[in-house]
Order: sequence, then C-alpha cells, then structure tokens
Amino acid sequence: MSLLEITNLHVSTEDGTEIVRGLDLAVDTNEVHAIMGPNGSGKSTLAYALMGHPAYEITEGDVLLDGESVLELEADERAQRGLFLAFQYPHAVPGVTVASFLRSAVNAMRKARNGGEEDPIKIPEFRKQLDAAMKELEVPKEIAGRYLNDGFSGGEKKRVEILQMALLHPRIAVLDETDSGLDIDALRVVAAGVRNLVGPETGALVITHYQRILNYVKPDFVHVFVDGRIVQEGGPELAEQLEAEGYQAFGVTKEEAA
Amino acid sequence: MATSETQVVAEIGNEYRYGFHDPENYVFKSKRGLTPEVVAEISDHKDEPDWMRKFRLKSLEYFRARPLPQWGGNLNEIDFENIFYYLKPTEKQATSWEDLPPDIKQTWDRLGIPEAERKFLAGVGAQYESEVVYHKLQADLEAKGVLFLDMDSGLREHEELVRSYFGTIIPQNDNKFAALNSAVWSGGSFIYVPPGVSVDMPLQAYFRINAENMGQFERTLIIVDEGAYVHYVEGCTAPIYTTDSLHSAVVEIVVKPGGRCRYTTIQNWSQNVYNLVTKRAVAYENATMEWVDGNLGSKLTMKYPAIWLMGEGAHGEVLSIAFAGDGQHQDAGGKAVHVAPNTSSVITSKSISKNGGRASYRGLLEVAKGATGSRSKVVCDALILDEESRTDTYPYIRIDENDVDVGHEATVSKIGEEQLFYLMSRGLSEAEAAALIVSGFVEPITKELPLEYAVEMNRLIQLQMEGSVG
Repeated sequence: MSLLEITNLHVSTEDGTEIVRGLDLAVDTNEVHAIMGPNGSGKSTLAYALMGHPAYEITEGDVLLDGESVLELEADERAQRGLFLAFQYPHAVPGVTVASFLRSAVNAMRKARNGGEEDPIKIPEFRKQLDAAMKELEVPKEIAGRYLNDGFSGGEKKRVEILQMALLHPRIAVLDETDSGLDIDALRVVAAGVRNLVGPETGALVITHYQRILNYVKPDFVHVFVDGRIVQEGGPELAEQLEAEGYQAFGVTKEEAA
Repeated sequence: MATSETQVVAEIGNEYRYGFHDPENYVFKSKRGLTPEVVAEISDHKDEPDWMRKFRLKSLEYFRARPLPQWGGNLNEIDFENIFYYLKPTEKQATSWEDLPPDIKQTWDRLGIPEAERKFLAGVGAQYESEVVYHKLQADLEAKGVLFLDMDSGLREHEELVRSYFGTIIPQNDNKFAALNSAVWSGGSFIYVPPGVSVDMPLQAYFRINAENMGQFERTLIIVDEGAYVHYVEGCTAPIYTTDSLHSAVVEIVVKPGGRCRYTTIQNWSQNVYNLVTKRAVAYENATMEWVDGNLGSKLTMKYPAIWLMGEGAHGEVLSIAFAGDGQHQDAGGKAVHVAPNTSSVITSKSISKNGGRASYRGLLEVAKGATGSRSKVVCDALILDEESRTDTYPYIRIDENDVDVGHEATVSKIGEEQLFYLMSRGLSEAEAAALIVSGFVEPITKELPLEYAVEMNRLIQLQMEGSVG
C-alpha cells in the first residue's frame, strides 16, 4: 500500500457541481508525482479537497493516508497526520510575523505528535532551524520579521510556502501551482525544497499547468488531468510530449487549454 | 503572572480567572446609597482639609443635578441607591506584602502582582475596594524626587501641589460621572516626576473590587515636569457577582514642555461591572502624551481618553483595543483637541466583537482656530467574529482652522473562512487559528506594550477566543 491512496474520488462544490469526477492516484515515499492540467480542469479543487477545505464536498471515493481514511478529519488534523498543501494563493495574516506563525505551527504539530500534550520547541532551537531553512531556500532574512504574506510579492509568497513545508516536515506535500509567476531562481529554490523533502518518509504531488517546473523538480510519474479525470499517465517523457503538443492532443479545446 | 507559552496554552478554555472573592473583614463599610452624610463620612475618615470636604459636597450637588446620559451605553439599570460608596479594608497601608491580611495578600499573589513587582516594575500601588492597601516605590527614584503615592497620602503630604492641579483638567462638573467621582473619590495614584527625570521602568497600579455592589472611585493625578518621562500602567479585575458593581474613576494628567507620559490600561473587570471613566491629559510645548487603553472586561465601558494639545509641537496618541463578548458593550475611543499650532495626534482604535457583543468607537477630533499646521490621523478597525455581534463608529470631527492635515479611515472585517483554512492546514486548531488572526489584528497596539503585558494581553485574547468560532 502506498503512503497516499486516492480511489475513485468525486468532489463537488457547494452548489452541487461536480469538479473532480473519479480520480485514482497513489503516491508513495521517495516519489514525486506531477499532475498536469489546463485551467479549469479541477486541479485546485483536488488540492483543496485533499486538505479538507469545507467548501468542497467529497461525494464518492476515499483518500487514505497510511491506510487510514482522512475524509472525516478537519484540515488541522490532516496536517497533523502529515499532509501539507502549498497554496496557489496564500492568505495574508496581518500583524503575525512569519517567525511567530511558523513557531505556532511547529508547536501545534509537536503537540499533536506528543499525544495532545504541549511540547513547545525551545526558542533557540527554533531559531536555528528557521535560519538554516531560510538560508537553504534563499529566503531573505528580513522576511522572518514581516507579517505573513502581507504585501509579499508572488515570489516571496511561494518561497514562504516552501519554507513552511521545510519546517513542518510533512509526509505528503501537495504543491498547487507553486510555479505560477515564479522566475527561474525561485523555481530552482522551490525544486530544491521538494527534492530535499522527498525521501524514505515522504512523497510529493506537484500540480501544475506548465511543464517548466518539471525541468527542475524531476517527477517520477506524470498524470494528465482533464475535466476532473486523469486521461493519461506516464513517466517524465509525458511532460515533454505535453509541452511539445499542448493539451489539445489530449482532447482539450484551444480555449480550455489557455 | 503567567508568561510562558506553555502556561498560556494550558489555560485556554478556563473561564474568567479572576472571579474569586475574599471574605469581608473590613475596618469600615459605609451604608448603601449616596447622601451628603455618606460623602461627609468619607471625608471624615480621611481627615481631609475643609476645601476638599466642600469640593466633595458641591460635586454631589452637580451629580444630582445632571441627568443620566442617554447616549453611549444603557445606564438606566444602575441602581445608585444599592451601591456601597466607601469600603475601607485595612487600618493602614502596607509597604510589605507580608503585612497585609492573609486573604488580601493571597489575592494579590493570585493576581501575580508581587512577582511582577520583583521582575519589572519600578513601583506598585495596590488598591483593594476604596483604599490603596499596599504602596512602594524604588528607593533610587524616591531619592531623585519622584513622588508615587496613593491619592489620599498625596493630598495629606503635598496638599499645595495637589490643590493647584486637582480638578483643573477635569472640572468637578465635567460630566455626571466625573461629578460622582469628585464627591466620593478614594484611592488612586498621585505621581510627580521632577524636571529631566526619566522613570525607566513602569509604575503600576492595580485595582481590585472584592465586595458585591461595590463602587470604586479612584482618583489619579499625574504631573510630568519638563523633559521628564513616566510610564504608568493600571490593571483591574473583580469577582463575578449576579448584581452590578460600579467603577468610576477620574484621571488627570499634566505633561509639561518636553515631557512624555504614557498611560497603559489593561481593564479586565468581571462582566457585572459598569466601567465609566473620565481620563484627560494636557500636553504643553513639545510634550508627548500617549494613552494605551485595553478594554477586555466589564458589562459596559464608556471611556474616551482625551488629550488637549496646549503647546506648540505637542503630540498625542491614543491606542485603543476593545473586546466585546457575550453581554458586553464597549463604548470606547479617544479624543484629541488641537489648541496650539503644529500639534499632532494619532488615534488608533481596534475593536473585536463576538458572541453578540457590541463594540463602538466613539471619538472626537477637534482643531481650534489658530492651531495652524496641525496634523491628525484617526484609524478605526473593527473585526466582527459572528452574525450576532455588532460594531458602530461615531467619529465626531470639528475643524475650525483651514491650514491642517486631517485623515480618518475606518474598516470593518470578518475572519474569513479562507484565512482560517489556510492556518488550519498548518496544524493549528480552529480556535488557535482564530486567536492568531485576532492577535495579529491587535498587534499594532500590543507591540507598544512592555513584553509582560503584551503576553498577558495575548493570553486574555486566547481565553476570550476559546469556543467563540464555528
């Protein structure tokens, strides 16, 4: 059994529109999977639904982490089990610095892993981890003292998402269009973050419209996602084919593919 | 004082922590109700000079002549005849915590005051019911001529100084509750900081109501002389009773040229206390006055700390936080009156309402003719946590001068589902996520507090937030 197993997943919005229409996917440790799809194919809905966003209803199928269904769990409990979502549009929290937010999040994780008992990280230890991760991911030092995502550029937001991922040590990281709006340097950093993370304990699912990020994050498996379903699967070569031929080759009209 | 994060989180979910009360073993307790005899009796107990006795009795007339305000919050349910106006808990003031009656000492221990004094305060006054039962100032400040006394001792020991300022900033007939305080005042602080002296650590006063139907009427006068600095902090709590208590203070502050005064309040009365307070400061040439006003408790608070900018270059700031929960109405804000040229003021108000609570910003910005080149900025932000709660803004602005720069901004926001989801996806529970958003919302004010108070404020917010979302 894989670390993350998604079987026959159907997801609807609150008004009953079905967006994800029967998805099967398994992501194991040591694996990077890429889901590629055009705009409107349901990629972000899939990401939100995996994380437990209350606006999306799972009408059929299951999501198993370590063999256990997470469907009844709230987002915080899913995070505590090791699920992480790097947001396409991270939200701002004015007045809360990146450092203090990260410490709250790290402590929430530690509490969950300690059977619900407080086990706060010592501040010098946290500082050390934060400094190391920021250096590794080329996040400017001053970011730690700024308010979370408040007035951040697109690139800064994405780097801070990856910084959160690095400090929270998830088991399955889902990256929702983390590449959109990033320059080459930032892409390189994001890719390094994913590479550092994935290993014997961890796998990743990279959701993207463009093949570009996959030049940096080398995926082991590529899934083409159209209209709420996976229409083709393969190795890294599939991403290159997609880049060369476009989504039209997979039955998508030109407007949809834009 | 609980300062570590472990304690902070461990205490989440507790109810109001200060709701306990001690038995009453008092030296003197006045009859219920307000009469000239009760007022005279208070004056007798204090063995006051005749002018103060007359001041009190005249004030009582003003109080009786004035109608009850029908704006702000609902005051009609206050039963003035059911209140005890004077309660003397001990025979004499202590300068050592050990000298207090055990019940009272234990109360201060539970409130963490002796510990705070050891750690980070330059002086402490602790008022229990009507009297300041403990008072102490660091010896080096005393040697520099700093006066930090309870108001009654101030009047006894520095009568001329007190007399020349008392009731000059807030006249006895300023408003109904200032008149009430002027009639029955007891306790409070008297502070004088000599020219050029900077009191680097805060002076703190702590106000505790213990008895049911108690009225507490402390009176504070602070004089900051030229180029001097002081930071005064007050905290307030009371037991939970089913009937109401009344707290009605008057605070007068004079900041002389080049001086600076900061006055910080963390008001956490239990939800049966009417908190009706008049606070006003005057700031002369190049002086700075700052009010940091945190209102978390009480049934109804009506309080608008004011600054009169009397000298050229004077600067005033009001930072106001109001947190209104179930059954609470916080009618708070600030006033800035520009009298002299080139003065500046900033009023920042942040309110949070939840579980049917009501928070109102009420403020006044006035620029008098001749206050040319003055600048003022008023910012009110309200955060509403649910549909049952309410926020209002009443900004009064009167400008009689053309050459001024005045700005007013107001925002109302809600905690968004998307913001909560984002934080929860990082492992924070819904209550933790909401508390984090709220603490960020009030951060512009908590960052101005000394660390210990910022921690306390955030802890109080977390307590308030527990179970309030969803």
